Amino acid sequence: MASALALSEYEAVIGLEVHSQLLTQSKCFCACSSQFGAPPNSHVCPVCMGMPGTLPVLNRRVLELAIRLGLAAHCEIAPRSTFARKNYFYPDLPKGYQISQYDEPLCVGGYLDLPGEDGAAPRRIRLVRIHLEEDAGKNVHLPDCSLVDFNRSGLPLVEIVSEPDLRSAREAGAYLRELRAIVRYLKVSDGNMEEGNFRCDANVSVRPRGSAKLGAKVEVKNMNSFRHVENAIEYEIERQIEALRAGERIAQETRLWNPDRATTHPMRSKEFAHDYRYFPEPDLAPVLAPRELVEAVAARMPELPAQRRTRYVEQLGISAYEAQVLTAERELADYFEALLPIVSNTRMAANWVMTEVLRMVNESGRELTQAVPPAAEVGALLKLVERETISLNAAKTAFAAMCKSGQGAAAVVAELGLAQVSDESAIAQACQRVLQSEPDKVAEFRGGRDKLFGFFVGQVMKVMGGKANPKVINEILRRHLGSN
Amino acid sequence: MADNLCTLTITEAQQLLRSGELSAHELTRSCLERISATQPSLNSFITVTADLALAQAQAAQQRLGQPNPPPLCGIPLAIKDIYALAGVRTTAASRILSNFVPPYDATAVARLREQGAVFVGKVNLDEFAMGSSTENSAFGPTRNPHDTERVAGGSSGGSAAAVAAHQCLSALGTDTGGSIRQPASFCGVVGIKPTYGRVSRYGVIAYASSLDQVGPFTKTVRDGAIMLRALAGADPLDSTCSAREVPDYERALSGEMGGLRVGVPKEFFVAGMQPEVEQAVRAALQRMEGLGAEIVEVSLPHTRYAIATYYLIATAEASSNLGRYDGIKYGLRAEAGNLLDLYTRSRAAGFGAEVKRRIMLGTFALSSGYYDAYYLKAQRVRTLIRQDYQRAFEHCDLLAAPTAPTTAFRLGEKLSDPLQMYLSDICTISVNLAGLPGLVVPCGHDRQRLPIGLQLIGPSFGEAVLFRAGDAYEMAGAEAPQARSR
Repeated sequence: MASALALSEYEAVIGLEVHSQLLTQSKCFCACSSQFGAPPNSHVCPVCMGMPGTLPVLNRRVLELAIRLGLAAHCEIAPRSTFARKNYFYPDLPKGYQISQYDEPLCVGGYLDLPGEDGAAPRRIRLVRIHLEEDAGKNVHLPDCSLVDFNRSGLPLVEIVSEPDLRSAREAGAYLRELRAIVRYLKVSDGNMEEGNFRCDANVSVRPRGSAKLGAKVEVKNMNSFRHVENAIEYEIERQIEALRAGERIAQETRLWNPDRATTHPMRSKEFAHDYRYFPEPDLAPVLAPRELVEAVAARMPELPAQRRTRYVEQLGISAYEAQVLTAERELADYFEALLPIVSNTRMAANWVMTEVLRMVNESGRELTQAVPPAAEVGALLKLVERETISLNAAKTAFAAMCKSGQGAAAVVAELGLAQVSDESAIAQACQRVLQSEPDKVAEFRGGRDKLFGFFVGQVMKVMGGKANPKVINEILRRHLGSN
Repeated sequence: MADNLCTLTITEAQQLLRSGELSAHELTRSCLERISATQPSLNSFITVTADLALAQAQAAQQRLGQPNPPPLCGIPLAIKDIYALAGVRTTAASRILSNFVPPYDATAVARLREQGAVFVGKVNLDEFAMGSSTENSAFGPTRNPHDTERVAGGSSGGSAAAVAAHQCLSALGTDTGGSIRQPASFCGVVGIKPTYGRVSRYGVIAYASSLDQVGPFTKTVRDGAIMLRALAGADPLDSTCSAREVPDYERALSGEMGGLRVGVPKEFFVAGMQPEVEQAVRAALQRMEGLGAEIVEVSLPHTRYAIATYYLIATAEASSNLGRYDGIKYGLRAEAGNLLDLYTRSRAAGFGAEVKRRIMLGTFALSSGYYDAYYLKAQRVRTLIRQDYQRAFEHCDLLAAPTAPTTAFRLGEKLSDPLQMYLSDICTISVNLAGLPGLVVPCGHDRQRLPIGLQLIGPSFGEAVLFRAGDAYEMAGAEAPQARSR
């Protein structure tokens, strides 16, 4: 960790470039399937393999999804944008050039608002641009040879470039998380770094605090998770600050993050010069995004995470922090909202989703729909708690069983005999028994040891076999013990 | 005993095939025999596909027995070896693709195949269509049937020679800077370069993406109209291919030229032009006037920048298009211990000298620091050239001009100085830069009986007027170098 002193002398300036794969059925310029996980070179054709004489044809869905993202990020959607060729040699690039956008990208400007912490105002991170491009294939390096899989070649990507507005590794992490939430909410991308459909490179520099001039920019690559990104940026900031304090100059270079060593090191000096010789792609017409198209996409926009958060706070009385937890994943927020019509107690629904549901999802490692019962069933369970048919604790037991067996709420409660007893006379009897058997403790309680109340409650519950309505126990015990 | 069936035109063969006087098999066999007899002296073919041709002829014969067989059913054609023909070696006349067999057809080829045409083989070209003489082929030069000491022209020399020698009834070529028109002129056949975007480029090995165009060589203008109708039209596999409706070009062949205003661009009569070429072209213009056309002089002032503009844009696009030939996925792969060597050795061994020259020139024109001065500037001049033609077409329906400054030159004559070779493209190259259609029809011979071609240039998608004028000129008895009983 950089020392507090170093942090106050210097300021970190960070920009992120994120490549996100678009959720289309087929590739960007050919009809091959974009499905993940197929055997190598099984989703290929002459076009995405760069065979002689083949030509690209734009998949229109790509344009729609990119516009949707551009609108969500408050970008200006260019009515006319063009494709360009980025030329370089590498085995995973079949044509020897990548079709991308250069001079005239689809989306310009824009911003993301990062939710402020503890009620603080949101932090606005500006974007430079969002543009379309195709992905390359994948190299696999073995000891004695390298293999190329072209399944990924030609998949549609958007490249989202931020201004260097980020000031810490933590902010960078927050930016990535918000961007990921947005692309998932919009169903524009899966946003999965581990699967490789959401990739991030960072540009990191430092400068004396108060200076307006930018320091030498270091590009950091090879970060495969949010944690890697934060750790790599953290390391790089520290490295640069230490270098500057030691009087060294920062080399403007590309460095790779090594997660095992938790360090960055410079990439091997390039054998191939990086003059990409960009020129307009002659095989593709300019991309037209007329007002009618943009308006049509805007009309079909799903609600964004920020909009949901605001709605939860303003209309449902949920705290900002809780709203963030609930909206971290669209499926979770949808699940929560599905409970609301069934369960009138918003607070209970929110708590349940944030604790029981989220825990089960994380523990099982599965998708929400696989890990927990449908919202209707869980809603029914919570309704039983509302009606005091079962205790909250009993509901937790029931929930676990429902997740395992797939049975409905009523069935599980009946099978496990979880219905709680609210019969006052039965509970009163149990209370009397407990108090009579613990006269010393009763005296202590009456003498001032308030904490013993919980002990009595526990004892009564034990006598009742765990099935008494705790509210009723409380009421009756208080009556018997008198006020203190 | 050789017969003369292969000397038929498409129009004539269509009639005979339908009347039953001729079978598809007989016609194909006649061409295959002519190929065997003349291939050694001409070297027009890279791959002869006799088995395929005979099988296709058999299938075609079946269809000819049914009502309304397609126009090209049973017609033997040769295909420039730059078009992908599924299952058949497609080399682009290059060592780097000498073993490449595509699993797909070019769209143009597929359309011909659908009509039941017969493919007799893949014909020779300058490597990757880069050249004006077919001397840049890795498979040896193609010789001119009128004089085998001379070139057939380029880059579609094999296609032109094959038609001129009656090895087929028509052949597909491509034209990027004149590669159909100039060989047509040198070999005394009809050649058509349609408007850019009229015919799909899918499956045509790319040289210069914004200039390449598919077109046929034929013996008559009418045959050319038939071929273009079969080839043209929208293709979902090519974003640059126009969806504009394809006219019935044969209907345009009214047989007369009355009322047509023909512009003559004065800049195309270059200094140092072969005098007989100029004479033949001017005589052709007089003939056209005699047929009712009005001849007017026009100016295309930016013509003198056309060659430089072309050799910047075309080579720039080519340097990028040829980046895929890297020894990794298909084609020639040299022995190497590391990636850089694999690239450099495969490409050094696989590409010929002219191809390397153009890749280097194009890479330079696009490189950082030079892009604005060369590539971008060239695109701006291209717009000026286009505007020259637009202005000219305000005053006339088509233009008429020489096709090349000379008739066919000797083999080896222009190889020592590549720039000399480039300069001979002066009459054809600006047409590609403007994306316009051009048609060449024979209009005479020089003293050595070498053919001279008259070039007609039309406005965008104005192929119909070219066919009309070309056909009227041809029908009026312009000297036909195609002696039918050769």
